[in-house]
Amino acid sequence: MKASTEMSRRHFLRLGANALAALATLEILGASLLFLKPRSMEGEFGGMVKAGPTDSFPPGSITEFPDGRFFLIRAKDGGFLAVYRRCTHLGCAVSWEPAANEFVCPCHGSHFDFYGDVQNPPAPRALDAFAVHIEEGDVWVDTSRPQSRDEFKSDQLVYA
Amino acid sequence: MIQTGDKPLSTYPHRRDREVERNRMKAVMNNLILHLHPAKVPAPALKFTYTWGLGGLATLLTLTLIGTGILLMFRYDASVERAYASVQYLETQVYFGSMLRSVHHWAGNLLLVVAFLHMIRVFVTGGYKQGRGINWLVGLGLLLLVVAFNFTGYLLPWDQLAYWAVTVATHLLSYIPLVGGGINNFLLAGPEVGQDALRNFYAIHVAVLPAAILAVMTYHFWRIRKDGGVSQPKRKERALKLTTIPHLVQIELVAAVTLLTTLFLWAMFVPAPLEALANPSQPPNPAKAAWYFLGLQEMLLHMHPLAALALPGIIFAGLALLPWWDAREDDIGVYFRSAIGERAALIAVALGVLLPPALVILDEFWVDFPGWLPWLPTLISNGFIPLALTLGGLTAIYVLFRRALRANHSEATLGLFLFLFVSLVTLTFIGVFFRGPNMALVWPFS
Repeated sequence: MKASTEMSRRHFLRLGANALAALATLEILGASLLFLKPRSMEGEFGGMVKAGPTDSFPPGSITEFPDGRFFLIRAKDGGFLAVYRRCTHLGCAVSWEPAANEFVCPCHGSHFDFYGDVQNPPAPRALDAFAVHIEEGDVWVDTSRPQSRDEFKSDQLVYA
Repeated sequence: MIQTGDKPLSTYPHRRDREVERNRMKAVMNNLILHLHPAKVPAPALKFTYTWGLGGLATLLTLTLIGTGILLMFRYDASVERAYASVQYLETQVYFGSMLRSVHHWAGNLLLVVAFLHMIRVFVTGGYKQGRGINWLVGLGLLLLVVAFNFTGYLLPWDQLAYWAVTVATHLLSYIPLVGGGINNFLLAGPEVGQDALRNFYAIHVAVLPAAILAVMTYHFWRIRKDGGVSQPKRKERALKLTTIPHLVQIELVAAVTLLTTLFLWAMFVPAPLEALANPSQPPNPAKAAWYFLGLQEMLLHMHPLAALALPGIIFAGLALLPWWDAREDDIGVYFRSAIGERAALIAVALGVLLPPALVILDEFWVDFPGWLPWLPTLISNGFIPLALTLGGLTAIYVLFRRALRANHSEATLGLFLFLFVSLVTLTFIGVFFRGPNMALVWPFS
């Protein structure tokens, strides 16, 4: 009876070798994934971008930051909002048309209003927003993570 | 061999014939070709109009692509600053540079067409039956690899066409539930198409995919022989068998030379397109995905992205399950299964040409579920409802074949999938030729 509950040395060694092989595979997989992980750099698109002092943006204005890929919106009441220029439909770059007072995507004809809300489909939701911080009178925009939103709400505005 | 006296019994009355036969067999055994093909093949399987040589042509195109691709690698720089310039240099300064790029470009596009036609040929002759199910799946995998090859190669010239087609297509991928975002993130390695994306696409295009396709192709070929060769109908008497050399090899040689001549002539007179340098802040209007995704992009104009992706997903799953779904085995090797199957195929092709344009026009000018049902979320009104209607329509087509034609399950399934294949082609045509600025419907060439 004793023999059946005990593991033979050969069995034990084989089990150990298999476990080590499994561990090695996991390590290689993990290392490969970490190796391939996307990186972003400080100060350029994909990192924190300094837009400038708050008073350089008049209320009711829209300023484009081509290198940062965003538009900095300053509402009439002074609130800041940064929207990603990528159309939420299929990723084309929208442009601000001051005459029509809207963002226009040339690819598939989506229109967005001053706050990036959809005016005309096929875009399924409002333009993505970037987090805005105001530090010592300067506006900073975190372009690492676009925040998707269904529509514009007033609590998305950031005040100095 | 049975000996009767000193005269051996043989099927060959003359000694010379026997020697010829023996020499042929010897050549056969020592030849590399025979590691790919069997030594003898049934005569009916050699009929060109049965296979149209599509599998062989796809293989030849793959080899051509590997050869031209290796040469192109010596002259291409996978960096955002230098990619476009290196392609321009190739076009204007390098001996045969323009032609090699053109051959590579057209061979890649042609391979997609040939692989698709090969799948249709195997499908309409029931080539997935009688234990060929696994190889059918492997073939579908190869088709996906070819799509991936074309897609990753599309970005490399780094012109406006490449940049925006890949922008649109990767964004399309991100709509796939659960995994889409991850795939998109991995491919782009950032929020938009840039240096990281170009480097990733290059590595995948020149290393990952070639390794994968060579491995899978080898298995595909081995499996064909394991499964008993090209599918053939059941016959009462055994078919005459001919030696592969020269009977099969001759046909292959003629097909290969014809294809290569046509390809190179075409490539000489129609150079691969190259537009202006990619400009990430100025998308063209309209911005279209690569032509082979335009059927999908057309669907996207009519349905919520989830529904537009779910439909091809369901259809592809159906294709993958086909060997088990249509398990009837006695109609293998016959084009369109039977006379009824032929009629079903004819109706399916007609429906596939006429129905999609009718639906596109109907949806463009009249149907507006989100407008009619404003209290429903668009995922339901523009997603679930059109998807359910489409699947209902497909079921109706199947039932039509069963009832009106008295088709059996195998014949009706044939009609159903042929309708889907032709519809995909029709939708692609609409996307390529009938979509203008803002993706509005337009007349081509006006």
